[in-house]
Amino acid sequence: MSTLKIPTPLRSYTNGQAEVTVNGGDVASAMTSLIREYPALKPHLYSEQGELRAFVNLFLGENNIKDLQGLETPLRENDRLILIPSIAGG
Amino acid sequence: MLAVSRELLARIHRDGEEAYPEEGAGFLIGNEGSVVEIFPLPNAREDTARHNRYLITPEDYLKAELTADRLGLSLIGVFHSHPDHPNRPSEFDRDWAQPFFSYIITSVNKGKAIESRSWLLKEDRSEFLEEKIQIK
Repeated sequence: MSTLKIPTPLRSYTNGQAEVTVNGGDVASAMTSLIREYPALKPHLYSEQGELRAFVNLFLGENNIKDLQGLETPLRENDRLILIPSIAGG
Repeated sequence: MLAVSRELLARIHRDGEEAYPEEGAGFLIGNEGSVVEIFPLPNAREDTARHNRYLITPEDYLKAELTADRLGLSLIGVFHSHPDHPNRPSEFDRDWAQPFFSYIITSVNKGKAIESRSWLLKEDRSEFLEEKIQIK
């Protein structure tokens, strides 16, 4: 079991919780577990095509998972993931 | 409705004017629909895109969140400027928007901030709805 920190604007979908527990041996499984527990998060994290939205960044400790093994980055017991949106517009 | 003081709105306008002809941006810090502080940030987009795009990096997001925590407040939205364009959200704004955040957009014409309007993303992400700015 790992923990995942939720950014402020998405906490309405996790009953106000700033951190939730997620299950899975890698980041992809942890995200699946997150959506199973809090399905209303899905449209804000995934596009209609089922891909992670461009603004979603996941950090394992201080490392962006893009610099590790992406969604296949393995998770160990008590690892801490942080979900941070890139804020952008035009 | 989003409550903002005249002084903070003036600082948001000044940020847009100083960034002109590029887009300026930052966070709104406060609580329950009331802006208490702003946190301007550098536009992290590449040089050639900064006239019509802005980007706040995850690292700067964390800095702003820590500042809000320290003040006992929350991040409640984002402000940004539209140089020589109306203060309505673009499709690109919608694609990248966060739910429950207030998005203040300031139109800056020829370097002069003209007007700000605030927008909220509908929960189904289909469009933005305007929320009234109340000067407090």
